Amino acid sequence: MTYIAKPKFHHPGLPKNDLGFTHRDYEGKISTLCAGCGHDSITASIIEACFELSIEPHRVAKISGIGCSSKTPDYFLGNSHGFNSVHGRMPSVLTGANLANRDLIYLGVSGDGDSASIGFGQFAHSIRRGVNMTYIVENNGVYGLTKGQFSATADRGSKSKKGVTNTDNAIDLVAIALQLGASFVARGFSGDKTQLVPLIAAAIQHKGAAFIDVISPCIAFNNHAGSTKSFDYVREHNDAVNRLDVITGREPISVDYAPGTVQLVEQHDGSRIALRKIDADYDAHDRGGAMTFLQKHAAKGQIVTGLLYVDPESDDLHSHLDTVETPLNTLEAKDLCPGTTALDRINASLR
Amino acid sequence: MPVQSPISSVNDFVVRFANVNGSGSASANEMFARSILRHGVPVSPRNIFPSNIQGLPTWYEVRVTEDGHLGARGGVDMMVAMNPQTWDKDLASIEPGGYLFYDSTKPMPASKFRADITVIGVPLTAITNSTYTDPRQRQLFKNIIYLGALCALLDMDPKLVEQLIGEQYKGKEKLLSSNVHALHLGRDWALQNLKCPLGLRIKKADKVGDRIFIEGNNAAALGAVYGGATVCAWYPITPSSSLADAFTSYCKKLRHDPETGKAKYAIVQGEDELASIGIVIGASWNGARAFTATSGPGISLMTEFIGLSYFAEIPAVIMNVQRAGPSTGMPTRTQQCDIIACAYASHGDTKHVLLLPEDPAEAFEFAAQAFDLAERLQTTIFVMLDLDIGMNHRLCRPLKWDDARQYDRGKVMTAEMLDDGRDFGRYLDVDGDGIPYRTYPGTHPTKGSFFTRGTSRDRYARYSEEGSVYADNMQRLVRKFETAQDMVPRPLQANAAKPTKYGVIYFGSTAPAMDEAIGLLEANGHQLDRLRIRAFPFHSSVASFIADHDFVYVVEQNRDAQLRSLIVNENGIDPVRLVPILHYDGTPITARFIAGAIGDHQDQLKLTPLRKVKS
Ligand SMILES: Cc1ncc(C[n+]2csc(CCOP(=O)(O)OP(=O)(O)O)c2C)c(N)n1
Ligand code: SF4
Repeated sequence: MTYIAKPKFHHPGLPKNDLGFTHRDYEGKISTLCAGCGHDSITASIIEACFELSIEPHRVAKISGIGCSSKTPDYFLGNSHGFNSVHGRMPSVLTGANLANRDLIYLGVSGDGDSASIGFGQFAHSIRRGVNMTYIVENNGVYGLTKGQFSATADRGSKSKKGVTNTDNAIDLVAIALQLGASFVARGFSGDKTQLVPLIAAAIQHKGAAFIDVISPCIAFNNHAGSTKSFDYVREHNDAVNRLDVITGREPISVDYAPGTVQLVEQHDGSRIALRKIDADYDAHDRGGAMTFLQKHAAKGQIVTGLLYVDPESDDLHSHLDTVETPLNTLEAKDLCPGTTALDRINASLR
Repeated sequence: MPVQSPISSVNDFVVRFANVNGSGSASANEMFARSILRHGVPVSPRNIFPSNIQGLPTWYEVRVTEDGHLGARGGVDMMVAMNPQTWDKDLASIEPGGYLFYDSTKPMPASKFRADITVIGVPLTAITNSTYTDPRQRQLFKNIIYLGALCALLDMDPKLVEQLIGEQYKGKEKLLSSNVHALHLGRDWALQNLKCPLGLRIKKADKVGDRIFIEGNNAAALGAVYGGATVCAWYPITPSSSLADAFTSYCKKLRHDPETGKAKYAIVQGEDELASIGIVIGASWNGARAFTATSGPGISLMTEFIGLSYFAEIPAVIMNVQRAGPSTGMPTRTQQCDIIACAYASHGDTKHVLLLPEDPAEAFEFAAQAFDLAERLQTTIFVMLDLDIGMNHRLCRPLKWDDARQYDRGKVMTAEMLDDGRDFGRYLDVDGDGIPYRTYPGTHPTKGSFFTRGTSRDRYARYSEEGSVYADNMQRLVRKFETAQDMVPRPLQANAAKPTKYGVIYFGSTAPAMDEAIGLLEANGHQLDRLRIRAFPFHSSVASFIADHDFVYVVEQNRDAQLRSLIVNENGIDPVRLVPILHYDGTPITARFIAGAIGDHQDQLKLTPLRKVKS
């Protein structure tokens, strides 16, 4: 079961990042998901992104709801605190955690059942509040853990493993996130790590609500003909609007792509995202354009992936609430308690 | 009906104002109560309001009580009838010999009055209309004019009322002078046209002392500020919204960094109660002190998370300002009806700590203490207020704080402790009290991280569905709850003047009515020892109190005797020994009711053995 830790053996030749950590330092427990599950590839991408960014693993808080996808935080960053909360409520728990300590990195992991059904409200409200987080939905179009019911992201007309056709319209979480004001919106595919790793890295570096919808086929219940979330279907219909590289502030900034095809986006912490455009007229700074673009492609049965929108001037919930820079969880009685003098004044005003 | 002689009473009567919601009467009525306080005479006011915004009837009742009885009394000695819609009902509620004050601008047929009361007509609309032209001014000043007339009728010192108006409109000279003018308009008219004063009078006394006049919600909010709450997430619901509002305004005044002006708090109006408690749990998990304020329907929604808080052992504070249920019930009426729902909230085997304050002063103390308890016990703590304490001003002792007090953050394993090689098992009972150590996220690069979840796990937080591991954890949680018994506020006992076989248990907002009822019962020869329960889990003295008496009345404001059930259930007591005294019509319980119900039972006891009475 999940409590099996990976052996601590470190190969001396493993590459190290700026902090001297190897990949192994970013791993967690052994996954108990079905072999081949898309979610495990996302786990691998998260590990890779954190390794590349040279993040101190214990500075990350991993929060999830309930579902196969929500189990995954146990499988990466073993040295950080994880929280598998209740079904659909990851966003509120993450919001609270973020309010308590603005200095950690918040990684929210959720499923499409978790976020698009029971937790649809919480998903929406955490995005509209601009909580500084990377919110990843591992989207397989089904409820994996409860064995294959359609989720709200399943496309109309798509077929379940049992051959049932879905007659409900699908919720596109990316479109909703754009509408709700997320300052970073992307879609990835678990089968395309080259694209996904930098997306996750950029989202982590982003200040504000960063949302990534990752199509993540469920091997057990949604990888058959007729499913629009199967590996084959996504590979065939994937239309990547851009590829990106994340350049952290520590490295000299040099971009070696042909002029006119690269766009640099500076993030709040000085890191930069280099967007290598594939679709020549795609502008990742245009929220309205992104929505139209998505809809046009969806009508053609295409799944648009890449960084769809980013606001380089973004801010977050702490800026909206104008909270002190010091994490609230470190404030003590002397910082918080107004004391007897103030209380005497209050008493006097109540007579 | 024979004409009754008019009630004559100094500093001991009930005035009720019948108004229309939205007419701006609330501040004039509150000013009336406050001015009596300024005479050194205690008052106990109560808002009686419907669940709507405008147009429907509202009442504000002021019990003037030189003896300091702060519970509701019942009955009305003087009705200030400003709402034609409720005229008949208002008229009927006046005690025989009481007084009716009304706007006599339009003549009323004699059939609209009662022969056994004194009718006082003041042409309020006529006076107002001849002085003011602006409709809003007319509406607002009419209230001040009746306040002025009452001043004359009840023999109040106008200087004291003027002083209050002065405080209210400090720096707003125009408003101040126009309000004082309106006050005198009413007062002069009454002095010139009516027989003043009446049999009901206010006489200066010295019975208020240094007590303060504050609403329970306000006091609880201040308790949260003093208790170090930095995160508040809430969703609007009567009667708890004013608690979150008060927390917001106290934080704005008291919690900004003097240098940067930035906030040392974060308040989020959640999208619902699920999000609110989720935010509280997330913040507490991450080491901040966090709370939410809600009422019954909100508790219903929060229960899944409350179970998580219990099982995953995450601190949380919930201020539950109870109102009449079930469902939407009577949203603006008071009850103590969430006792069972909160004590056992959520699925599976759970038990939660309840704190039961009697008044605003205790609401302040318990609210502040709740954060220490939540962190020490790593679980949800409920502060159980109700509408009666929460939304009414009460006289209470001044709020107290000890500047030497440090926040008790409970058992938190620090990086240094981990480096020292302390064995860290998140669910390991190191000290035998059932309370394990926790670590905050981000504490240590390699030690101390763990995975929080609602699923069963072993002492080292490793997922496990082993039956023995699960049972071990559940038993430890019981041990922790037992530890809580000695941490929570103890019950307070007060014995009757003479030894007695009978006792009474009560809690929360029932306290002032109970204190008064004891006097009434004693006057009728009934002696009872009293125990005021202040928290769940019950201290061992609850069981011994019951054991020491032949039987014990349990007074509460709900239909199903919820506290009694909890006592029976938790202490394994024969239910027959606990006699329920139940009041649940949504109005606050009165001394008259308690004394009546207990008195009847006691009288019956003298005639028949208990078992026969029951059958
Ligand atoms: C309140 C509640 N209702 C239902 C469930 C049962 N449940 C567990 S996981 C799940 C759906 C998970 O689907 P999804 O979020 O898409 O994740 P996946 O397993 O597909 O990765 C459901 C309905 C639950 N745990 N809690
Ligand atoms: S059921 Fe589907 S989603 Fe769950 S682990 Fe298996 S493949 Fe993954």
